[in-house]
Amino acid sequence: MTPAAITAAPDHCRPSLILWAGIVLVGLHVLVGLLSLVWLPYDPTAMAGGRLEGPSLLHWIGTDRLGRDLLTHLMIGSRIALIVGLGAVAIGAALGVTLGLLAAFASKWLDDALAATLDILIAFPTLLIAMLVVAASDTANLWSAIIALGIALSAIVARLTRILAKRVLVMDYITAARTSGSSWPKIVAIHILPNIWPTLSVNFALQFGLAVIAEASLSYLGLGAPPPNASWGRILQEAQGTVYTAPLGAIAPGLALVSLAIGVNLLADGLRDTIDPTRRAR
Amino acid sequence: MVLFVLLRLLPGDPANALLGVGATDQQIAAARAQVGSDQPLYLQFTSFIANLSRLDLGTSFVSRALVLDEIGNRMSVTLPLTFLGFLVALLLAIPLGVLSAVRSDKWYGSAISVVSQLGIAIPVFWVGILLVTLFSINLRWLPSGGFPLRGWGNFGEAATGMILPALTIGLVMGASLLRYVRAATLDVLDSDYLRTARALGSSFPEALLRHGLRNGAVPVISILGIELASTFLGAVVIERVFSLPGLGSMLLLAIQQRDYPNVQGVLFISTLLVLLIGFAADIAQRLIDPRLRNKLRVEA
Repeated sequence: MTPAAITAAPDHCRPSLILWAGIVLVGLHVLVGLLSLVWLPYDPTAMAGGRLEGPSLLHWIGTDRLGRDLLTHLMIGSRIALIVGLGAVAIGAALGVTLGLLAAFASKWLDDALAATLDILIAFPTLLIAMLVVAASDTANLWSAIIALGIALSAIVARLTRILAKRVLVMDYITAARTSGSSWPKIVAIHILPNIWPTLSVNFALQFGLAVIAEASLSYLGLGAPPPNASWGRILQEAQGTVYTAPLGAIAPGLALVSLAIGVNLLADGLRDTIDPTRRAR
Repeated sequence: MVLFVLLRLLPGDPANALLGVGATDQQIAAARAQVGSDQPLYLQFTSFIANLSRLDLGTSFVSRALVLDEIGNRMSVTLPLTFLGFLVALLLAIPLGVLSAVRSDKWYGSAISVVSQLGIAIPVFWVGILLVTLFSINLRWLPSGGFPLRGWGNFGEAATGMILPALTIGLVMGASLLRYVRAATLDVLDSDYLRTARALGSSFPEALLRHGLRNGAVPVISILGIELASTFLGAVVIERVFSLPGLGSMLLLAIQQRDYPNVQGVLFISTLLVLLIGFAADIAQRLIDPRLRNKLRVEA
Protein backbone atom coordinates (compact mmCIF):
# COMPACT_ATOMS: atom_id res chain seq x y z
CA MET A 1 0.00 0.00 0.00
CA THR A 2 1.46 3.34 -0.98
CA PRO A 3 1.33 6.20 1.48
CA ALA A 4 -0.93 8.13 -0.88
CA ALA A 5 -3.51 5.38 -0.64
CA ILE A 6 -3.46 5.71 3.13
CA THR A 7 -4.10 9.45 2.96
CA ALA A 8 -7.11 8.99 0.74
CA ALA A 9 -8.96 6.93 3.31
CA PRO A 10 -9.81 9.44 6.07
CA ASP A 11 -10.55 12.16 3.52
CA HIS A 12 -13.95 10.78 2.68
CA CYS A 13 -15.40 12.41 5.74
CA ARG A 14 -13.69 15.73 5.02
CA PRO A 15 -15.87 17.58 2.50
CA SER A 16 -18.94 18.12 4.62
CA LEU A 17 -16.85 18.91 7.69
CA ILE A 18 -14.76 21.49 5.82
CA LEU A 19 -17.82 23.01 4.21
CA TRP A 20 -19.55 23.28 7.57
CA ALA A 21 -16.54 24.84 9.25
CA GLY A 22 -16.43 27.41 6.45
CA ILE A 23 -20.15 28.12 6.69
CA VAL A 24 -19.93 28.59 10.46
CA LEU A 25 -16.93 30.96 10.30
CA VAL A 26 -18.30 33.07 7.45
CA GLY A 27 -21.81 32.96 8.92
CA LEU A 28 -20.48 34.32 12.19
CA HIS A 29 -18.99 37.32 10.42
CA VAL A 30 -22.17 37.85 8.41
CA LEU A 31 -24.23 37.82 11.62
CA VAL A 32 -21.86 40.24 13.36
CA GLY A 33 -21.79 42.45 10.27
CA LEU A 34 -25.59 42.56 10.10
CA LEU A 35 -25.85 43.13 13.84
CA SER A 36 -23.47 46.09 13.54
CA LEU A 37 -26.03 47.77 11.28
CA VAL A 38 -28.68 47.86 14.00
CA TRP A 39 -26.77 47.61 17.26
CA LEU A 40 -23.27 48.42 18.49
CA PRO A 41 -21.99 48.22 22.06
CA TYR A 42 -20.79 51.84 21.93
CA ASP A 43 -20.77 54.84 19.62
CA PRO A 44 -17.73 54.12 17.38
CA THR A 45 -16.55 57.75 17.49
CA ALA A 46 -17.10 58.31 21.20
CA MET A 47 -14.55 57.96 23.96
CA ALA A 48 -16.26 55.10 25.69
CA GLY A 49 -13.59 54.49 28.31
CA GLY A 50 -10.05 55.26 29.38
CA ARG A 51 -7.16 55.03 26.94
CA LEU A 52 -5.75 51.61 26.10
CA GLU A 53 -7.77 49.80 28.73
CA GLY A 54 -7.38 46.04 28.93
CA PRO A 55 -10.32 43.70 28.47
CA SER A 56 -13.09 44.09 31.04
CA LEU A 57 -16.80 43.39 31.37
CA LEU A 58 -17.52 46.85 29.97
CA HIS A 59 -15.04 46.59 27.09
CA TRP A 60 -14.58 42.95 26.12
CA ILE A 61 -11.44 43.53 24.05
CA GLY A 62 -10.42 46.79 25.70
CA THR A 63 -10.12 50.27 24.20
CA ASP A 64 -7.80 51.92 21.69
CA ARG A 65 -5.43 54.86 22.20
CA LEU A 66 -8.32 57.33 21.96
CA GLY A 67 -10.45 55.38 24.43
CA ARG A 68 -12.79 54.03 21.77
CA ASP A 69 -14.29 50.59 22.31
CA LEU A 70 -12.36 48.01 20.23
CA LEU A 71 -15.18 45.47 19.99
CA THR A 72 -17.37 48.12 18.38
CA HIS A 73 -14.71 48.76 15.77
CA LEU A 74 -14.10 45.07 15.15
CA MET A 75 -17.83 44.58 14.54
CA ILE A 76 -17.86 47.42 12.03
CA GLY A 77 -14.73 45.83 10.55
CA SER A 78 -16.68 42.62 9.87
CA ARG A 79 -19.26 44.61 7.94
CA ILE A 80 -16.58 46.51 5.99
CA ALA A 81 -14.68 43.33 5.17
CA LEU A 82 -17.82 41.64 3.84
CA ILE A 83 -18.71 44.69 1.74
CA VAL A 84 -15.16 44.83 0.38
CA GLY A 85 -15.10 41.13 -0.41
CA LEU A 86 -18.52 41.09 -2.07
CA GLY A 87 -17.96 44.36 -3.92
CA ALA A 88 -14.51 43.46 -5.21
CA VAL A 89 -15.56 39.99 -6.29
CA ALA A 90 -18.70 41.38 -8.00
CA ILE A 91 -16.64 43.92 -9.96
CA GLY A 92 -13.87 41.41 -10.65
CA ALA A 93 -16.44 38.84 -11.81
CA ALA A 94 -18.36 41.22 -14.05
CA LEU A 95 -15.22 42.61 -15.69
CA GLY A 96 -13.30 39.36 -15.73
CA VAL A 97 -16.03 37.10 -17.10
CA THR A 98 -16.83 39.62 -19.86
CA LEU A 99 -13.18 40.00 -20.82
CA GLY A 100 -12.55 36.27 -20.61
CA LEU A 101 -15.53 35.44 -22.82
CA LEU A 102 -14.49 38.15 -25.28
CA ALA A 103 -11.02 36.66 -25.49
CA ALA A 104 -12.40 33.15 -25.93
CA PHE A 105 -14.59 34.30 -28.83
CA ALA A 106 -12.14 36.77 -30.35
CA SER A 107 -10.01 36.30 -33.41
CA LYS A 108 -6.63 34.65 -32.91
CA TRP A 109 -4.49 37.75 -32.64
CA LEU A 110 -6.87 39.61 -30.32
CA ASP A 111 -7.10 36.53 -28.11
CA ASP A 112 -3.31 36.23 -28.03
CA ALA A 113 -2.93 39.92 -27.18
CA LEU A 114 -5.50 39.71 -24.39
CA ALA A 115 -3.97 36.53 -22.99
CA ALA A 116 -0.49 38.06 -22.96
CA THR A 117 -1.76 41.23 -21.24
CA LEU A 118 -3.53 39.15 -18.62
CA ASP A 119 -0.40 37.09 -17.99
CA ILE A 120 1.62 40.26 -17.38
CA LEU A 121 -1.05 41.72 -15.10
CA ILE A 122 -1.22 38.52 -13.08
CA ALA A 123 2.56 38.57 -12.54
CA PHE A 124 2.01 41.67 -10.43
CA PRO A 125 0.51 41.13 -7.00
CA THR A 126 -3.10 42.20 -6.54
CA LEU A 127 -1.98 44.64 -3.87
CA LEU A 128 0.42 46.50 -6.16
CA ILE A 129 -2.18 46.97 -8.91
CA ALA A 130 -4.72 48.08 -6.31
CA MET A 131 -2.20 50.59 -4.91
CA LEU A 132 -1.79 52.18 -8.34
CA VAL A 133 -5.54 52.31 -8.98
CA VAL A 134 -6.19 53.85 -5.58
CA ALA A 135 -3.49 56.42 -6.26
CA ALA A 136 -5.17 57.20 -9.58
CA SER A 137 -8.55 57.76 -7.97
CA ASP A 138 -7.14 60.59 -5.85
CA THR A 139 -9.47 60.22 -2.86
CA ALA A 140 -8.99 57.26 -0.59
CA ASN A 141 -12.36 55.91 0.42
CA LEU A 142 -13.98 52.52 0.71
CA TRP A 143 -15.23 52.52 -2.86
CA SER A 144 -11.91 53.41 -4.43
CA ALA A 145 -10.39 50.44 -2.60
CA ILE A 146 -13.20 48.12 -3.70
CA ILE A 147 -12.99 49.24 -7.33
CA ALA A 148 -9.20 48.95 -7.27
CA LEU A 149 -9.34 45.41 -5.90
CA GLY A 150 -12.11 44.49 -8.33
CA ILE A 151 -9.99 45.62 -11.26
CA ALA A 152 -6.95 43.79 -9.91
CA LEU A 153 -8.93 40.57 -9.40
CA SER A 154 -10.59 40.78 -12.82
CA ALA A 155 -7.34 39.74 -14.53
CA ILE A 156 -7.35 36.43 -12.64
CA VAL A 157 -11.04 35.85 -13.37
CA ALA A 158 -10.59 36.75 -17.04
CA ARG A 159 -7.78 34.26 -17.51
CA LEU A 160 -9.72 31.47 -15.83
CA THR A 161 -12.91 32.29 -17.77
CA ARG A 162 -11.00 32.31 -21.05
CA ILE A 163 -9.47 28.88 -20.42
CA LEU A 164 -12.74 27.35 -19.20
CA ALA A 165 -14.81 28.85 -22.02
CA LYS A 166 -12.36 27.67 -24.67
CA ARG A 167 -12.61 24.17 -23.26
CA VAL A 168 -16.40 24.26 -23.60
CA LEU A 169 -16.38 25.93 -27.03
CA VAL A 170 -14.85 22.90 -28.75
CA MET A 171 -17.57 20.57 -27.44
CA ASP A 172 -19.90 18.91 -29.92
CA TYR A 173 -23.01 20.31 -28.30
CA ILE A 174 -21.83 23.84 -29.08
CA THR A 175 -21.45 22.93 -32.73
CA ALA A 176 -24.87 21.31 -32.57
CA ALA A 177 -26.37 24.42 -31.05
CA ARG A 178 -24.73 26.57 -33.73
CA THR A 179 -26.05 24.38 -36.54
CA SER A 180 -29.53 24.46 -35.11
CA GLY A 181 -29.41 28.24 -35.34
CA SER A 182 -28.74 29.44 -31.79
CA SER A 183 -27.16 32.89 -31.57
CA TRP A 184 -23.86 33.32 -29.71
CA PRO A 185 -25.44 35.25 -26.78
CA LYS A 186 -27.91 32.42 -26.35
CA ILE A 187 -25.13 29.84 -26.42
CA VAL A 188 -23.21 31.78 -23.79
CA ALA A 189 -26.26 31.98 -21.55
CA ILE A 190 -27.50 28.41 -22.01
CA HIS A 191 -24.34 26.37 -22.56
CA ILE A 192 -21.19 28.17 -21.56
CA LEU A 193 -22.00 30.00 -18.34
CA PRO A 194 -23.76 27.07 -16.64
CA ASN A 195 -20.83 24.84 -17.54
CA ILE A 196 -18.07 27.05 -16.24
CA TRP A 197 -20.03 28.41 -13.29
CA PRO A 198 -19.10 25.77 -10.67
CA THR A 199 -15.35 26.27 -11.16
CA LEU A 200 -15.76 30.03 -11.32
CA SER A 201 -17.79 30.22 -8.12
CA VAL A 202 -15.13 28.31 -6.19
CA ASN A 203 -12.58 30.75 -7.54
CA PHE A 204 -14.78 33.68 -6.49
CA ALA A 205 -14.78 32.39 -2.93
CA LEU A 206 -10.97 32.22 -2.94
CA GLN A 207 -10.82 35.75 -4.36
CA PHE A 208 -13.14 36.99 -1.66
CA GLY A 209 -10.48 35.98 0.86
CA LEU A 210 -7.75 37.57 -1.26
CA ALA A 211 -9.72 40.81 -1.51
CA VAL A 212 -10.32 41.04 2.23
CA ILE A 213 -6.61 40.54 2.98
CA ALA A 214 -5.55 42.94 0.22
CA GLU A 215 -7.93 45.63 1.49
CA ALA A 216 -6.55 45.19 5.00
CA SER A 217 -3.05 45.64 3.56
CA LEU A 218 -4.14 48.76 1.65
CA SER A 219 -5.67 50.17 4.82
CA TYR A 220 -2.57 49.24 6.75
CA LEU A 221 -0.50 51.23 4.25
CA GLY A 222 -2.85 54.19 4.70
CA LEU A 223 -4.47 53.82 1.27
CA GLY A 224 -7.80 52.43 2.48
CA ALA A 225 -10.98 53.87 3.86
CA PRO A 226 -10.58 56.56 6.53
CA PRO A 227 -12.42 56.19 9.86
CA PRO A 228 -15.41 55.91 10.67
CA ASN A 229 -15.39 53.21 7.98
CA ALA A 230 -12.12 51.89 9.35
CA SER A 231 -11.29 48.34 8.37
CA TRP A 232 -9.30 45.84 10.40
CA GLY A 233 -6.15 46.85 8.55
CA ARG A 234 -6.47 50.42 9.78
CA ILE A 235 -7.12 49.29 13.34
CA LEU A 236 -4.00 47.15 13.13
CA GLN A 237 -1.94 50.05 11.85
CA GLU A 238 -3.06 52.23 14.75
CA ALA A 239 -2.60 49.44 17.26
CA GLN A 240 0.95 48.71 16.09
CA GLY A 241 2.15 51.92 17.72
CA THR A 242 0.71 50.94 21.08
CA VAL A 243 1.57 47.26 20.94
CA TYR A 244 3.91 47.73 23.92
CA THR A 245 1.12 48.61 26.30
CA ALA A 246 -1.93 47.03 24.67
CA PRO A 247 -0.93 43.94 22.66
CA LEU A 248 -4.52 42.70 22.47
CA GLY A 249 -5.41 45.65 20.26
CA ALA A 250 -3.02 44.32 17.62
CA ILE A 251 -3.95 40.68 18.09
CA ALA A 252 -7.76 40.81 18.04
CA PRO A 253 -8.24 42.52 14.62
CA GLY A 254 -5.74 40.08 13.09
CA LEU A 255 -7.66 37.13 14.51
CA ALA A 256 -10.90 38.53 13.10
CA LEU A 257 -9.26 38.93 9.69
CA VAL A 258 -7.71 35.46 9.70
CA SER A 259 -10.92 33.77 10.85
CA LEU A 260 -12.85 35.31 7.96
CA ALA A 261 -10.13 34.47 5.42
CA ILE A 262 -9.86 30.88 6.64
CA GLY A 263 -13.65 30.59 6.69
CA VAL A 264 -13.90 31.67 3.07
CA ASN A 265 -11.08 29.35 2.01
CA LEU A 266 -12.69 26.41 3.80
CA LEU A 267 -15.96 27.30 2.12
CA ALA A 268 -14.21 27.28 -1.26
CA ASP A 269 -12.52 23.94 -0.52
CA GLY A 270 -15.75 22.43 0.69
CA LEU A 271 -17.65 23.70 -2.35
CA ARG A 272 -15.00 22.36 -4.71
CA ASP A 273 -15.07 18.95 -3.09
CA THR A 274 -18.84 18.86 -3.25
CA ILE A 275 -18.98 19.98 -6.87
CA ASP A 276 -16.06 17.95 -8.11
CA PRO A 277 -15.85 14.53 -6.42
CA THR A 278 -12.65 13.60 -8.28
CA ARG A 279 -10.70 16.06 -6.17
CA ARG A 280 -11.75 14.47 -2.93
CA ALA A 281 -8.83 12.08 -2.92
CA ARG A 282 -6.47 14.82 -1.82
CA MET B 1 3.65 50.84 -22.76
CA VAL B 2 0.99 50.00 -20.20
CA LEU B 3 3.12 51.63 -17.52
CA PHE B 4 3.05 55.01 -19.17
CA VAL B 5 -0.72 55.07 -19.69
CA LEU B 6 -1.40 53.95 -16.13
CA LEU B 7 0.86 56.63 -14.72
CA ARG B 8 -0.61 59.45 -16.79
CA LEU B 9 -4.02 58.44 -15.47
CA LEU B 10 -2.96 59.63 -12.02
CA PRO B 11 -4.86 62.86 -11.55
CA GLY B 12 -3.13 66.07 -10.63
CA ASP B 13 -0.33 67.71 -12.57
CA PRO B 14 3.08 66.44 -11.48
CA ALA B 15 4.25 70.06 -11.56
CA ASN B 16 2.13 70.65 -8.45
CA ALA B 17 4.47 68.41 -6.53
CA LEU B 18 7.21 70.98 -7.07
CA LEU B 19 5.21 73.92 -5.87
CA GLY B 20 3.63 75.13 -2.70
CA VAL B 21 -0.03 76.02 -2.41
CA GLY B 22 -0.04 79.68 -3.36
CA ALA B 23 2.02 79.46 -6.55
CA THR B 24 1.38 82.04 -9.31
CA ASP B 25 0.41 81.08 -12.86
CA GLN B 26 3.91 81.92 -14.10
CA GLN B 27 5.47 79.66 -11.50
CA ILE B 28 3.10 76.86 -12.50
CA ALA B 29 3.97 77.30 -16.18
CA ALA B 30 7.68 77.27 -15.36
CA ALA B 31 7.29 74.12 -13.29
CA ARG B 32 5.29 72.42 -16.04
CA ALA B 33 8.01 73.24 -18.54
CA GLN B 34 10.60 71.90 -16.15
CA VAL B 35 8.93 68.49 -15.68
CA GLY B 36 7.74 68.38 -19.26
CA SER B 37 4.04 68.04 -18.48
CA ASP B 38 3.23 71.03 -20.76
CA GLN B 39 4.19 69.03 -23.83
CA PRO B 40 1.68 66.97 -25.78
CA LEU B 41 1.25 63.40 -24.55
CA TYR B 42 2.82 61.73 -27.58
CA LEU B 43 6.00 63.78 -27.10
CA GLN B 44 6.09 62.81 -23.42
CA PHE B 45 5.69 59.21 -24.47
CA THR B 46 8.44 59.19 -27.09
CA SER B 47 10.93 60.85 -24.76
CA PHE B 48 9.92 58.35 -22.06
CA ILE B 49 10.70 55.40 -24.35
CA ALA B 50 13.90 56.99 -25.62
CA ASN B 51 15.19 57.56 -22.11
CA LEU B 52 14.19 54.10 -21.02
CA SER B 53 16.20 52.49 -23.78
CA ARG B 54 19.28 54.35 -22.51
CA LEU B 55 18.42 53.16 -18.97
CA ASP B 56 18.02 56.84 -18.07
CA LEU B 57 15.18 56.82 -15.60
CA GLY B 58 15.32 60.57 -15.06
CA THR B 59 15.48 62.53 -11.85
CA SER B 60 12.93 62.62 -9.06
CA PHE B 61 10.49 65.56 -9.18
CA VAL B 62 10.65 65.90 -5.44
CA SER B 63 14.20 65.18 -4.27
CA ARG B 64 15.94 65.99 -7.62
CA ALA B 65 18.07 62.87 -7.11
CA LEU B 66 18.77 60.46 -9.97
CA VAL B 67 16.04 57.80 -9.94
CA LEU B 68 18.49 55.03 -10.77
CA ASP B 69 20.77 55.97 -7.84
CA GLU B 70 17.84 56.05 -5.47
CA ILE B 71 16.68 52.64 -6.71
CA GLY B 72 20.20 51.29 -6.22
CA ASN B 73 20.21 52.50 -2.62
CA ARG B 74 16.81 50.99 -1.93
CA MET B 75 17.75 47.72 -3.60
CA SER B 76 20.50 47.20 -1.05
CA VAL B 77 17.69 46.74 1.46
CA THR B 78 15.00 45.01 -0.58
CA LEU B 79 17.17 42.47 -2.42
CA PRO B 80 18.83 40.94 0.67
CA LEU B 81 15.47 41.04 2.45
CA THR B 82 13.69 39.17 -0.34
CA PHE B 83 16.41 36.57 -0.76
CA LEU B 84 16.82 35.96 2.97
CA GLY B 85 13.05 35.55 3.27
CA PHE B 86 13.08 33.25 0.29
CA LEU B 87 15.86 31.17 1.87
CA VAL B 88 13.93 30.82 5.12
CA ALA B 89 10.85 29.80 3.10
CA LEU B 90 12.79 27.12 1.23
CA LEU B 91 14.40 25.77 4.40
CA LEU B 92 10.94 25.49 5.95
CA ALA B 93 8.85 24.38 3.00
CA ILE B 94 10.95 21.65 1.42
CA PRO B 95 11.69 19.42 4.44
CA LEU B 96 8.30 20.00 6.05
CA GLY B 97 6.40 19.60 2.78
CA VAL B 98 8.10 16.30 1.98
CA LEU B 99 7.65 15.14 5.57
CA SER B 100 3.95 15.98 5.64
CA ALA B 101 3.42 14.07 2.39
CA VAL B 102 5.48 11.01 3.34
CA ARG B 103 4.04 10.87 6.82
CA SER B 104 0.52 12.02 6.01
CA ASP B 105 -0.81 9.00 7.92
CA LYS B 106 0.78 10.28 11.13
CA TRP B 107 -0.73 13.07 13.20
CA TYR B 108 2.17 15.45 12.61
CA GLY B 109 1.90 14.97 8.85
CA SER B 110 -1.66 16.22 8.84
CA ALA B 111 -0.85 18.87 11.44
CA ILE B 112 1.79 20.39 9.17
CA SER B 113 -0.59 20.59 6.24
CA VAL B 114 -3.33 22.14 8.37
CA VAL B 115 -0.95 24.78 9.67
CA SER B 116 0.18 25.51 6.13
CA GLN B 117 -3.42 26.32 5.22
CA LEU B 118 -2.95 29.37 7.40
CA GLY B 119 -0.33 30.59 4.94
CA ILE B 120 -2.84 31.92 2.43
CA ALA B 121 -5.20 33.26 5.09
CA ILE B 122 -2.77 35.29 7.20
CA PRO B 123 -1.90 38.82 6.15
CA VAL B 124 1.86 39.15 6.13
CA PHE B 125 1.85 42.41 8.11
CA TRP B 126 0.00 40.79 10.97
CA VAL B 127 2.61 38.04 11.21
CA GLY B 128 5.18 40.85 11.33
CA ILE B 129 3.36 42.63 14.15
CA LEU B 130 3.04 39.38 16.09
CA LEU B 131 6.75 38.60 15.70
CA VAL B 132 7.62 42.11 16.85
CA THR B 133 5.37 41.67 19.87
CA LEU B 134 7.04 38.38 20.74
CA PHE B 135 10.71 38.96 19.94
CA SER B 136 11.15 42.70 20.38
CA ILE B 137 8.72 43.54 23.13
CA ASN B 138 8.37 40.45 25.28
CA LEU B 139 11.75 38.80 24.77
CA ARG B 140 13.73 41.93 23.77
CA TRP B 141 16.00 39.88 21.53
CA LEU B 142 15.76 41.85 18.31
CA PRO B 143 15.00 45.41 17.18
CA SER B 144 11.38 46.08 16.18
CA GLY B 145 12.41 47.77 12.96
CA GLY B 146 14.52 50.39 11.28
CA PHE B 147 17.72 50.27 9.30
CA PRO B 148 21.02 52.04 10.04
CA LEU B 149 21.55 55.25 8.07
CA ARG B 150 24.95 54.03 6.90
CA GLY B 151 23.30 50.95 5.46
CA TRP B 152 25.48 47.87 5.21
CA GLY B 153 28.48 49.94 6.34
CA ASN B 154 27.10 49.25 9.79
CA PHE B 155 26.93 45.53 9.17
CA GLY B 156 25.95 44.21 12.60
CA GLU B 157 23.02 46.57 13.02
CA ALA B 158 21.88 46.12 9.44
CA ALA B 159 22.00 42.34 9.73
CA THR B 160 20.06 42.18 13.00
CA GLY B 161 17.50 44.55 11.51
CA MET B 162 16.97 42.06 8.70
CA ILE B 163 16.27 39.01 10.88
CA LEU B 164 12.66 39.65 11.86
CA PRO B 165 11.48 40.96 8.46
CA ALA B 166 13.13 38.05 6.66
CA LEU B 167 11.61 35.61 9.13
CA THR B 168 8.18 37.14 8.56
CA ILE B 169 8.43 36.81 4.80
CA GLY B 170 9.88 33.32 5.13
CA LEU B 171 7.11 32.05 7.40
CA VAL B 172 4.27 33.26 5.21
CA MET B 173 5.87 32.34 1.91
CA GLY B 174 7.06 29.04 3.37
CA ALA B 175 3.55 28.09 4.42
CA SER B 176 2.13 28.61 0.95
CA LEU B 177 5.11 26.94 -0.74
CA LEU B 178 4.74 23.99 1.59
CA ARG B 179 1.37 23.12 0.09
CA TYR B 180 2.91 22.87 -3.37
CA VAL B 181 5.86 20.81 -2.15
CA ARG B 182 3.41 18.51 -0.41
CA ALA B 183 1.24 18.16 -3.51
CA ALA B 184 4.28 17.48 -5.71
CA THR B 185 5.60 14.89 -3.25
CA LEU B 186 2.21 13.17 -3.11
CA ASP B 187 2.27 12.95 -6.91
CA VAL B 188 5.72 11.38 -6.79
CA LEU B 189 4.66 8.90 -4.09
CA ASP B 190 1.72 7.92 -6.25
CA SER B 191 3.86 7.33 -9.34
CA ASP B 192 4.64 4.10 -11.12
CA TYR B 193 8.34 4.84 -11.44
CA LEU B 194 8.72 5.04 -7.67
CA ARG B 195 7.00 1.70 -7.24
CA THR B 196 9.24 0.22 -9.93
CA ALA B 197 12.34 1.59 -8.22
CA ARG B 198 11.20 0.09 -4.93
CA ALA B 199 10.47 -3.23 -6.62
CA LEU B 200 13.98 -3.21 -8.09
CA GLY B 201 15.35 -3.06 -4.58
CA SER B 202 16.01 0.63 -3.84
CA SER B 203 15.30 1.66 -0.30
CA PHE B 204 12.49 4.19 0.13
CA PRO B 205 14.74 7.23 0.83
CA GLU B 206 17.04 6.24 -2.03
CA ALA B 207 14.18 5.91 -4.52
CA LEU B 208 12.73 9.22 -3.37
CA LEU B 209 16.05 11.03 -3.78
CA ARG B 210 17.08 9.46 -7.08
CA HIS B 211 13.75 9.57 -8.87
CA GLY B 212 11.42 11.75 -6.86
CA LEU B 213 13.54 14.85 -6.50
CA ARG B 214 13.84 15.72 -10.18
CA ASN B 215 10.22 14.95 -10.96
CA GLY B 216 8.87 16.75 -7.95
CA ALA B 217 11.05 19.81 -8.47
CA VAL B 218 9.63 20.86 -11.84
CA PRO B 219 6.16 22.05 -10.78
CA VAL B 220 7.57 23.47 -7.54
CA ILE B 221 10.09 25.63 -9.40
CA SER B 222 7.45 27.38 -11.48
CA ILE B 223 5.63 28.24 -8.25
CA LEU B 224 8.93 29.34 -6.70
CA GLY B 225 9.41 31.85 -9.51
CA ILE B 226 5.96 33.33 -9.03
CA GLU B 227 6.36 33.46 -5.25
CA LEU B 228 9.77 35.10 -5.46
CA ALA B 229 8.47 37.76 -7.83
CA SER B 230 5.42 38.50 -5.72
CA THR B 231 7.49 38.64 -2.54
CA PHE B 232 9.83 41.11 -4.14
CA LEU B 233 6.94 43.30 -5.23
CA GLY B 234 4.99 42.68 -2.04
CA ALA B 235 7.88 43.82 0.15
CA VAL B 236 6.12 47.18 0.43
CA VAL B 237 3.97 45.97 3.32
CA ILE B 238 6.83 44.34 5.23
CA GLU B 239 8.99 47.41 4.78
CA ARG B 240 6.21 49.45 6.32
CA VAL B 241 5.86 47.12 9.32
CA PHE B 242 9.57 47.27 10.09
CA SER B 243 10.11 50.80 8.73
CA LEU B 244 12.81 49.69 6.30
CA PRO B 245 13.95 52.10 3.56
CA GLY B 246 13.44 49.67 0.68
CA LEU B 247 12.04 49.75 -2.82
CA GLY B 248 8.48 49.26 -1.60
CA SER B 249 8.52 52.27 0.69
CA MET B 250 10.06 54.29 -2.14
CA LEU B 251 7.10 53.34 -4.36
CA LEU B 252 4.56 54.12 -1.64
CA LEU B 253 6.10 57.54 -1.00
CA ALA B 254 6.38 58.28 -4.71
CA ILE B 255 2.72 57.41 -5.27
CA GLN B 256 1.69 59.70 -2.43
CA GLN B 257 3.84 62.55 -3.76
CA ARG B 258 2.91 61.93 -7.42
CA ASP B 259 6.60 61.65 -8.14
CA TYR B 260 6.20 60.08 -11.60
CA PRO B 261 9.86 59.43 -12.40
CA ASN B 262 10.25 57.49 -9.16
CA VAL B 263 7.02 55.51 -9.65
CA GLN B 264 8.00 54.74 -13.23
CA GLY B 265 11.53 53.79 -12.26
CA VAL B 266 10.47 51.39 -9.51
CA LEU B 267 7.81 49.77 -11.68
CA PHE B 268 10.21 49.47 -14.61
CA ILE B 269 12.92 47.79 -12.54
CA SER B 270 10.35 45.56 -10.85
CA THR B 271 8.90 44.45 -14.18
CA LEU B 272 12.40 43.72 -15.42
CA LEU B 273 13.13 41.63 -12.32
CA VAL B 274 9.83 39.77 -12.54
CA LEU B 275 10.57 38.87 -16.17
CA LEU B 276 14.12 37.83 -15.25
CA ILE B 277 12.91 35.61 -12.42
CA GLY B 278 10.34 33.98 -14.72
CA PHE B 279 13.04 33.42 -17.32
CA ALA B 280 15.40 31.92 -14.72
CA ALA B 281 12.64 29.58 -13.50
CA ASP B 282 12.03 28.46 -17.09
CA ILE B 283 15.70 27.70 -17.61
CA ALA B 284 15.98 25.86 -14.30
CA GLN B 285 13.02 23.69 -15.26
CA ARG B 286 14.59 22.80 -18.58
CA LEU B 287 17.88 21.91 -16.92
CA ILE B 288 16.10 19.57 -14.53
CA ASP B 289 13.63 18.00 -16.93
CA PRO B 290 15.11 17.11 -20.33
CA ARG B 291 11.62 16.54 -21.72
CA LEU B 292 10.88 20.25 -21.47
CA ARG B 293 13.87 21.21 -23.60
CA ASN B 294 12.17 20.12 -26.77
CA LYS B 295 9.00 22.00 -26.04
CA LEU B 296 8.74 25.49 -27.41
CA ARG B 297 6.58 26.76 -24.63
CA VAL B 298 6.21 25.49 -21.10
CA GLU B 299 2.64 25.44 -19.98
CA ALA B 300 2.33 26.09 -16.28
